Amino acid sequence: MSFLTLTNIQKSFGPVQVVKDFNMTIDKGEFVSFLGPSGCGKTTILRMIAGFETPSGGKIEIGGKSQANLKPNQRNIGMVFQAYALFPNMNVAENVAFGLKVAGKPKSEIDARVKEMLGLIKLDHLSERYPYQMSGGQQQRVALARALAPKPQVLLLDEPLSALDAKIRVSLREEIRMIQQQLGITTVFVTHDQEEALSISDRIVVMNAGRADQVGTPYEIYNRPTTRFVASFVGTLNLIEAKVVDPASNRITIGNQGITLREPLGTAKAGDTISLALRPEAGSIAEGAKGDTALTGEVTSSNFLGSVIRTRMKVGDSVISFDMFNSPGLVPPAVGDVVTLRFTASDLLIIRE
Amino acid sequence: MSTLIDRRKVVDWLGIAPFMIFALMFLILPTLYLVTGAFFTPDGQFTFKNLADLTHPSIMSAYWISIKVSVASSIGGALIGFFLAWAITLGGLPSWIRSGLLTFSGVASNFAGVPLAFAFIATLGRTGLVTVLLRDIFGFNLYSTGFNLLSFFGLTITYMFFQIPLMVLILTPALDGMKKEWREASEILGASTWQYWRMVALPILWPSVMGTTLLLFANAFGAIATAYALTGASLNIVPILLYAQIRGDVLHNPNLGYALALGMIVITGASNILYIWLRSRAERWQK
Amino acid sequence: MKTNRLLAWIALAIGVIYFVVPLLGTFEFSLRMRRGEYSFDAYQSVFSDMQFRETFGYSMMMALLTIVFGMLLIVPTAYWVRLRLPQVRPVIEFITLLPLVIPAIVIVFGYLRLYNSSSFLPLTNSSSGTNLLLMLSYMTLSLPYMYRAVDTAMRAIDVSTLTEAAESLGAKWPTILFRCIFPNVMSGVLSGAFITFAIVMGEFTMAALLNRPAFGPYLQLVGANKAYEPSALAIIAFAITWISMGLLQLVSRFSKTAPRKA
Repeated sequence: MSFLTLTNIQKSFGPVQVVKDFNMTIDKGEFVSFLGPSGCGKTTILRMIAGFETPSGGKIEIGGKSQANLKPNQRNIGMVFQAYALFPNMNVAENVAFGLKVAGKPKSEIDARVKEMLGLIKLDHLSERYPYQMSGGQQQRVALARALAPKPQVLLLDEPLSALDAKIRVSLREEIRMIQQQLGITTVFVTHDQEEALSISDRIVVMNAGRADQVGTPYEIYNRPTTRFVASFVGTLNLIEAKVVDPASNRITIGNQGITLREPLGTAKAGDTISLALRPEAGSIAEGAKGDTALTGEVTSSNFLGSVIRTRMKVGDSVISFDMFNSPGLVPPAVGDVVTLRFTASDLLIIRE
Repeated sequence: MSTLIDRRKVVDWLGIAPFMIFALMFLILPTLYLVTGAFFTPDGQFTFKNLADLTHPSIMSAYWISIKVSVASSIGGALIGFFLAWAITLGGLPSWIRSGLLTFSGVASNFAGVPLAFAFIATLGRTGLVTVLLRDIFGFNLYSTGFNLLSFFGLTITYMFFQIPLMVLILTPALDGMKKEWREASEILGASTWQYWRMVALPILWPSVMGTTLLLFANAFGAIATAYALTGASLNIVPILLYAQIRGDVLHNPNLGYALALGMIVITGASNILYIWLRSRAERWQK
Repeated sequence: MKTNRLLAWIALAIGVIYFVVPLLGTFEFSLRMRRGEYSFDAYQSVFSDMQFRETFGYSMMMALLTIVFGMLLIVPTAYWVRLRLPQVRPVIEFITLLPLVIPAIVIVFGYLRLYNSSSFLPLTNSSSGTNLLLMLSYMTLSLPYMYRAVDTAMRAIDVSTLTEAAESLGAKWPTILFRCIFPNVMSGVLSGAFITFAIVMGEFTMAALLNRPAFGPYLQLVGANKAYEPSALAIIAFAITWISMGLLQLVSRFSKTAPRKA
């Protein structure tokens, strides 16, 4: 079923290797996000798929066809850029029609398709506007319509939301996802914003220093990070140092408090130090909270963040944050209070490098 | 209270009084004097005769040659200047070439007047370096082809020496404003390089190129020193005719001289207004 | 991409030929004065010419005066407009651009009619009056360049805050203008000065029609009467332009890299 295949892709700019041996298969109709900090090589891979950069090694195939000798204008790919990149000399309708026009499509077909596309992005009423007369969000929707108009086989989105205001960013990303599902178009989305990636993707590739650290569904990436990098980059996470007591029975201690892990400890020996991860929202200090595991510590700070209150407590050498949902009757713990955090042992993840 | 505010206002306006008086006395009144003078007879009677007299063949031919030289040198300068500006912005040349050419353009666009004429006489005159080299090495006699530096064609290529760098200076920022994404977007949408230039790049650049060409036109139209030093009074262009008129009333009617000046202002003024209008259009897109 | 770069080099080659050949030709010509060999005789002849020294000195003097009086007029005006009359800025800017629209020969034609011996202000009656008129005409010619240079520099320093700061410390108007504003817009003043210098040194029309012994008309005279000296003079004039523009670039680059004065 794989539609877009990247095999052993490498890319160097001079002595700097920005993409190292990258492998990925993307199914038809799938929405895949490349997530990572700037400079991790995600945009470079996107530009190689588009044909703007030539891989130093490896193979790119779309629908079983190698793209090696195809120029960007022969690949039938749609792309949306970070800075809108609408043609300033054309109005909305002309921008959307551009791809069809250069392909030499008959006028009646172009008009029909433009109308259809503008309906899709709900901007029919602005078809005569010029880019400079529109907001960033509107421009980016037009850019999306322009990219989709020639019915591309793959849609590439290069940080399309990062130039927009926070509110529009959220609504537009939902719109993008809706349109993508409606058309069933294979999509690659590049972003450095984990919330964006988590909210709209079928699968996420977390990239670090030119490599894919982890590939998985948003649920897997968030709840089961396999590397320290993924754990720290996606969401907020407590990294806790623990001492192995008995590898056979998965017993460890955190600040002298004994805990039994669900996950097998593997090759770790008694006395080793290991890293564990715990999401702030995994536990609760409320009375009668559920959970087979508990940690007790002293509160060092408590911050009101609106819908949640994030509290930090000290357990041994580690500081553990946890969130409580705000409610009118809630009395947040004070600094110096001793509290007990309850959670399920399976929420504690072992971070292997 | 109101008198206080008024006093402050008066002081505010007094602050720019020296400048206004200067501009009035040495820029606006002298021009207005000529403009109004063009509509009167020497005895002070209102008339359109001076303007009508501009259609006299010798005056018309002066305007015609002036316009021809200005159009040719501005279009020639615009074309070569455009390609040079393109080469240093989008052509992928090393960056030292860009800064070098821009510095040189700053100098060359100000190197006009009498010395420029000398330079071209020394190069393309009858015993100039290029003329001599062509004759001695290639056995090609430039002047037997009908070429003459002291002619329409000679003046045009001389003017281009300051027109090209002016174009480079004004157009380089416009070309810098061409976003890489426009090119990539058009490419990924299936457009060829030619389609990109025809449908995207040239329409975006058009107001800048056209506007700058108009500026070059006005620039050439008002110039006199180069032409005077190059051709003496042999080439009958408007500024030289006006120069002769100022010196010795060769038209035998001072008010016809004013009309001649008015004609120049109208032509350079119109091209400048068009230039400003086109530039504001270009800036709208360059956001 | 390859063809792109090739085209770029071709364009550059055409440009270089167009610009360099006339300069080489001029230089070569200027060395030809002695028969059969290259020499600097033409330059020697130029430099030993009394008229060269006189006209050169005259134009230099004119350039300096134009710069001093031009700046005394423009800096306070630009300052005042930014501080008190922002609404008239478009008008002032329009006026400063007029000398680019109205040809110099037309402006000087107007002077000759308006300030001749029978007018209300007969400046052309005496040579000192004509000198004054010539300087004023140069101020007019350089207005677009000077005003833009100064105004750009003022935009960078936030004039009104600087003025309020000085006023709150008890400074009087002359102190504010000469000790706070002038030094801070020095880069603009200098850029304006260099370009004015280049313009005045080569200017022909105004000086010729006002009959003043300036460098421009002298060049024209030599060109009409001598063979090799004009080339030498063209090289000298080019060097003057080059130095002025080089200094201008230096000043603008220096003021860009210098830390912002707050």
